[in-house]
Amino acid sequence: MKPLMKLGAGLGTLGALTLTAMPAWAQEAAAAATEAAAAVPVPDKGDTTWMLTSSVLVLMMAVPGLALFYGGLVRTKNMLSVLTQVFMIVCIAALIWVGWGYSLSFTSGNPFIGGLSKAFLQGVDGTTLAATFSNGVYLPEYAFVIFQMTFACITPGLIVGAFAERVKFSGLMLFSALWLTVVYFPIAHMVWYWAGPDFLPTTPGDYGLLWGWGALDFAGGTVVHINAGIAGLVGCLMIGKRIGFGKEPMPPHSLVMTMIGASLLWVGWFGFNAGSNLEANGVTAVAFINTFVATAAAALSWLLVEQVIKGKPSLLGAVTGAVAGLVAVTPASGFAAPMGAIILGLVVSPVCFLFVTTIKNKLGYDDSLDVFGVHCIGGIIGAIGTGILADPALGGQGFFDYTVMPAVVGTYDMAGQVITQIKAVGVTLLWSGIGSAILFFIVDKTLGLRPSAEAEREGLDLAEHGERAYNY
Amino acid sequence: MKLVIAIIKPFKLDEVRDALSGLGVAGMTVTEVKGFGRQKGQTEIYRGAEYSTNMVPKIKIEVVTTNDLADRVVETIQQSANTGAIGDGKIFVLDVGQAVRIRTGETDETAL
Repeated sequence: MKPLMKLGAGLGTLGALTLTAMPAWAQEAAAAATEAAAAVPVPDKGDTTWMLTSSVLVLMMAVPGLALFYGGLVRTKNMLSVLTQVFMIVCIAALIWVGWGYSLSFTSGNPFIGGLSKAFLQGVDGTTLAATFSNGVYLPEYAFVIFQMTFACITPGLIVGAFAERVKFSGLMLFSALWLTVVYFPIAHMVWYWAGPDFLPTTPGDYGLLWGWGALDFAGGTVVHINAGIAGLVGCLMIGKRIGFGKEPMPPHSLVMTMIGASLLWVGWFGFNAGSNLEANGVTAVAFINTFVATAAAALSWLLVEQVIKGKPSLLGAVTGAVAGLVAVTPASGFAAPMGAIILGLVVSPVCFLFVTTIKNKLGYDDSLDVFGVHCIGGIIGAIGTGILADPALGGQGFFDYTVMPAVVGTYDMAGQVITQIKAVGVTLLWSGIGSAILFFIVDKTLGLRPSAEAEREGLDLAEHGERAYNY
Repeated sequence: MKLVIAIIKPFKLDEVRDALSGLGVAGMTVTEVKGFGRQKGQTEIYRGAEYSTNMVPKIKIEVVTTNDLADRVVETIQQSANTGAIGDGKIFVLDVGQAVRIRTGETDETAL
């Protein structure tokens, strides 16, 4: 649920609208009203600071967080390939984002995709503004562009884990650029684009498809995790298993790196979830505490399951559980209450555990680092869980009805909301699953997706990058 | 002269070294090795993937000694490396034909 500004029209009435939203001030300020009505809203310095800080935190999730998390899990000979892939995806995604990503995601177009009116950031400068979730509260538009840019940077990086140790660098870079354009931007538009709280009443229908259905996704459970998770599954099926999969041991080369990476992900995720409120206020703190406790609960429940089933609690289990918890709480972070978030965390780990241990082995696909089992499955649990936990009857925040001015809390229908959530999950799975399959096919037939068997045996570090991770 | 080769548990190295020094053994060569015997390997589980490592890390000690000291060297290693548990290792004794100290050119027992 991330709004976009639609500034230009309607600014004149904005000051007056702000005052309606704050009746206590209205009388005192009545004399100044005429003057204020003509003024451009001034972004809050606290909000701006928080959004820029959050953007840095989310970038830290990708580099070095995600890169180390994944890198530690592969064999020594492929360490650098994973680090390079994640690092360069971030760079390419950043450039594409300011090129056409921001415009396609966050300008008015049709329910599926935005337009090109802000391609290459035309019309965006240091004075333009982006809407938040509150009437009359604005951010500098650049702050919004930057924050959303970090999401576009990390999401294609998540996919890498599904086919780590057996993908061609050039093919992957081309795939990532195409995937952002054809899959990520449309889904971001469908879920997050809307005209903003001050404009929706006057421009009904100006929003993305899933936003219009009322799907709740606070920080990107569908856009980021389900989206990347299903793309990863499609990728690992199309690229095929690693040479020697199931016959040779392929243990993680450094769980120390994995622990460092997972911890950076956790810390950075506060920017991801609490930052998604776009303002620094009470709901930001709600998202923050939910992100904290759901993660702790999920790490604990994963370890308990391991203790019972395998007899030993493992570090990899603890950090995998933590990531599953972070994924699950992402869509719910600003909607649930802390006790609800704990339950979500406790529930998500056993389900993901079942997928990465039993179901993956039964079906025999080689999702190297469990992108599908953790991100897609965890994301689906989170998306559906959000429909339940957002209910004010369970202490949740409910949702705001922005069709009236000022926005009010809408009447909550849990069953209806859960069905909407399931529909949103279905649209994401289909759009990303089919779109990714087509793109993998195209890349495979052009640049190629899989390195030669010789290169794969030797290790992608030397074969593709001409370096080793460790020289001693 | 005899070459005594002992495969022992890594954490027993210091004890064995001290015990042999006490006997007057003036040098040894130590190598980190992997192998298996009755101890078999261990199982490692990473998320769902189970790997049985069938090689166990050990330390290999090589000591060349005079014929009359050889039995006591073997006995000392056997006692100092012993834990009583499976996987304590093995000792092999071989005959040595010749020995030369590179610095001085001394040969055989004077080279030890």
